[in-house]
Amino acid sequence: MYMGFPILSVITLTPVTFSLVLFLFPADKKKEIRLTALVAASITFALTIVAYFGYDMETAGYQFVEKYNWVESLGISYYVGVDGISLPMVLLTGMVIFTGVLISWGIDDRPREFFAFLFLLASGVFGVFVALDLFHLFFFYEIAVFPMYLLIAIWGWKVTREYAAMKLTLYLFIGSVLALVGMLAMYFVSGLGTFDMIALQEVQFSMQFQKLWFPFVFFGFAVLAGIFPFHNWSPVGHVAAPTAVSMFHAGVLMKLGAFAALRVGVMLLPDGARFWLPLIVFLALTNVVYGAFVAMKQRDLKYVIGYSSVSHMGLVTLGVATLNPQGITGAGLQMFSHGVMTALFFACVGVVYDRAHTRDIPSLGGFAGKLPWVTVAFIIGGFVSMGMPGFSGFVAELPIMLGLWSAGTVSSEYFIAPYYTWIVMISVIAIAITASYILRVVQQVFFGKMPTEFEGHITHSSGKDKIAIVLLAAVLVLLGVFPGWMAPLISSGAESVMAVIGGI
Amino acid sequence: MGISNYQMSSVIALLPEVGLLVLAGVVLTMDVLLKDNRKHLIAVTTAVGSLLIILAALMYSQPSGDLIWGGMVRDDMLAFVFRLAFIFAGGITAMFSIGSKDLAHRGDYYAIMLGAVIGMCFMASAADLIMLYLAIETTGIAGYLLAGYVRTDDRSAEAGLKYFLFGAATSAVMLYGFSLLYGFTGETNLSAIAPILASGTVSVSAICAIVVLILVGVGFKIAVVPFHFWAPDVYEGAPSPVTGFISTASKTAGFAVLLRVFIYGLAASEYWLPAMAVLAAVTMTFGNLVALAQTNIKRLLAYSSVAHAGYALVAFVAYSELGVASVIFYLIAYVVTNLAAFGVVIVFAHTAGTDDIQQYAGMSRRSPYLALAMLVAFLSLAGMPPLAGFFAKFYVFAAAVKADMIWLAFVGVLNAIVGLYYYLVVLKVVYVSPAPDGAGSIDIPATCKIALVVLSLGIILMGTASSPWFNWAMKAAQDLF
Repeated sequence: MYMGFPILSVITLTPVTFSLVLFLFPADKKKEIRLTALVAASITFALTIVAYFGYDMETAGYQFVEKYNWVESLGISYYVGVDGISLPMVLLTGMVIFTGVLISWGIDDRPREFFAFLFLLASGVFGVFVALDLFHLFFFYEIAVFPMYLLIAIWGWKVTREYAAMKLTLYLFIGSVLALVGMLAMYFVSGLGTFDMIALQEVQFSMQFQKLWFPFVFFGFAVLAGIFPFHNWSPVGHVAAPTAVSMFHAGVLMKLGAFAALRVGVMLLPDGARFWLPLIVFLALTNVVYGAFVAMKQRDLKYVIGYSSVSHMGLVTLGVATLNPQGITGAGLQMFSHGVMTALFFACVGVVYDRAHTRDIPSLGGFAGKLPWVTVAFIIGGFVSMGMPGFSGFVAELPIMLGLWSAGTVSSEYFIAPYYTWIVMISVIAIAITASYILRVVQQVFFGKMPTEFEGHITHSSGKDKIAIVLLAAVLVLLGVFPGWMAPLISSGAESVMAVIGGI
Repeated sequence: MGISNYQMSSVIALLPEVGLLVLAGVVLTMDVLLKDNRKHLIAVTTAVGSLLIILAALMYSQPSGDLIWGGMVRDDMLAFVFRLAFIFAGGITAMFSIGSKDLAHRGDYYAIMLGAVIGMCFMASAADLIMLYLAIETTGIAGYLLAGYVRTDDRSAEAGLKYFLFGAATSAVMLYGFSLLYGFTGETNLSAIAPILASGTVSVSAICAIVVLILVGVGFKIAVVPFHFWAPDVYEGAPSPVTGFISTASKTAGFAVLLRVFIYGLAASEYWLPAMAVLAAVTMTFGNLVALAQTNIKRLLAYSSVAHAGYALVAFVAYSELGVASVIFYLIAYVVTNLAAFGVVIVFAHTAGTDDIQQYAGMSRRSPYLALAMLVAFLSLAGMPPLAGFFAKFYVFAAAVKADMIWLAFVGVLNAIVGLYYYLVVLKVVYVSPAPDGAGSIDIPATCKIALVVLSLGIILMGTASSPWFNWAMKAAQDLF
């Protein structure tokens, strides 16, 4: 509750309510449908801003808490609240749904269904980020997964959409049902008869139980964060998805996986996390390096961004795997920064693709002349992604590296402790590789000479596109220059995570 | 003297069955009296009558939990919940029957269907082997007639014959099981049989034989592997409203018998649990894998319904209050969901005249709302929130994990993925593929529209405000233990 107003419930339910409202419009009233969608997205975004700045930093902890019985006989409740980790994610989701609707203005095939499914997805995402009940979390997690299938299969890139949509859905669904069995095991073994996560994190599960079930829960959710070797659905899905869905998918959904893996896996089964830590660190590092190298070799603009997401999400997982406050703060910042950054990248790519009808990097060129706003925004996104100081990427990646470094000094009895220095060095080199492929894309797509076939029919970007792009780019710079409006918040969230898991 | 209070309450307990009998009489009379162009009123009467019976039952026939009518019938919550589900299914099927030109105007069809509903009601409440067998046969014979109702259609006739041959054979085997049970215990009443079996005077091998024989009959009704062979052919050949009815109400009635006989009657003998667990795993896997290869929507739903029987069995072998409650919740959710799925099939065939999945291409452009109903129904079958099927599967897997049958829970969740795949493939055809040339909009008869709206809302209601329904199922489950 925020001053007596159930703000989190309203945020969660506004999109899904509007997705039902949209179905009251006749299919051919496309203009009205788009306007209604924009109204819904604006309301949602405004509410997330209110919630973000209404959060009381002094008291920290879970705020705006609401709890109602859902299925009483099994201890399932509708239980929501946000802390320093989840609140920035809520803001991010609000931002992406708002910019996503602006970017999708041009969708002409069944826009009613498109926005309805997109809003259903948004409600699912909000529901996961605010969940304090295990069942509540899982319920909304599934809602966030299946509309993706329809959004990609119906409105996606014709060449790969059916394959990509099915691949993505099956990967994510397999992960989530494995996590479900683990969650049920926790529920019954705890003996509390409740799905309340705050109560469950007090439970000391036996070491054997944690060792057995941690991988199911953690990797079940981490599939959605694109953890190696279960990352394959992700670039394929990004490429096939329509622009707004790519923005949602890379910007928000992958965070959903990382968030759930942290919230359910690490926070409820901390001993299991410590046991499996070396494997997680290894896989996350593979993400970072492998993603960057594969991105370097791509010709398709969306594949570049897709694999760069795989690489950057590895940094999030690395941050979580430090199990210390700096690392988790960095992971939280990276989730936000990367979310805004990829949303921006995909928005830019969408604008270019809508005009050029190709994403093949070598055959593009010289778009800076026609699309100056997009060019500047893309370069800002590029600076963020290579961790340039003054942009949000630096603010996020620095604490992750610091966290990794100090993890090596603190946990001396741990057999991987001596290798943390190497891990930091390898990650930093991977960031340098990022610089190489981002600069190549900037140079080849936006500068140089525009091929003759494009001349004449490349139009300027629309006002709505500009609003979306400027908003996202501004946030990235703002966070880079004044991290003070987010870093302490996430840091307070990381402290409360640490209080639960108790370090390495 | 007059009728004593005791007898009066016994009569009131059977209010739904009496109401159905009266309704069947009214329907037959209307068939004689009404002119041909007004015969659609018969379906409306059946539906409205069913609704009134449900309301009357809720108001006056709350179960007492006693054995009544000389122990023939047990008036408990389990029976009550199932009976309401059967009557609901009957009413909805009547509304959908308007969409089938072979059935819409036939009074005797509705009367036979109501007869089947009466039989199912007694299947759910019978506590005595004799009553049980009569109820199963009443349902069965009405079902054979319904499946073969369209005599001019070869496939319908074949379906009726096949259903009859399988049904007659399996029920004869089951009757043999009943006779053995009577022979070993000297009792026909399940409440008297249970303590005798519990005392250990009957040898294990005899009990095993009895279990296997009875399972043949019940397994036929609920269509579990290996007693499922009739299902795809009968489902495909029977008129679609009948298929919807058989695949939901009749299967649920079979489960009611399963719960009653195996938990209430054979409670002491848990030898069959491991075998049933394997049966559940095989049924789910087989149903889902074969469903992958189907090109006819009715056959796809037939195999998917085999798989769904498997999921319900998972909760059954968990053998706990939670397990039985999950079975009941699963079946209620399944009845509502699968009726909606068949409703869409009926409406589509009403305009397009085909059940071929490829012909569903572009349906979302031809009729966005029908496509939406199909989306809701199929995603609920796949177990997606916020729909009934999600909670149903969740409860089932929870029951399995609670009973420490982790392996079965894993088989279940992996099967859910296979299920999701083929439901999505159908939805892909509906939403993504372009419509065939010249295909116009789809005409939805008014009663079908109402029924689809009711069912879709029901699916969403059970998938969000699940608690009241689950508590109901929990109460019913507590009556058995």
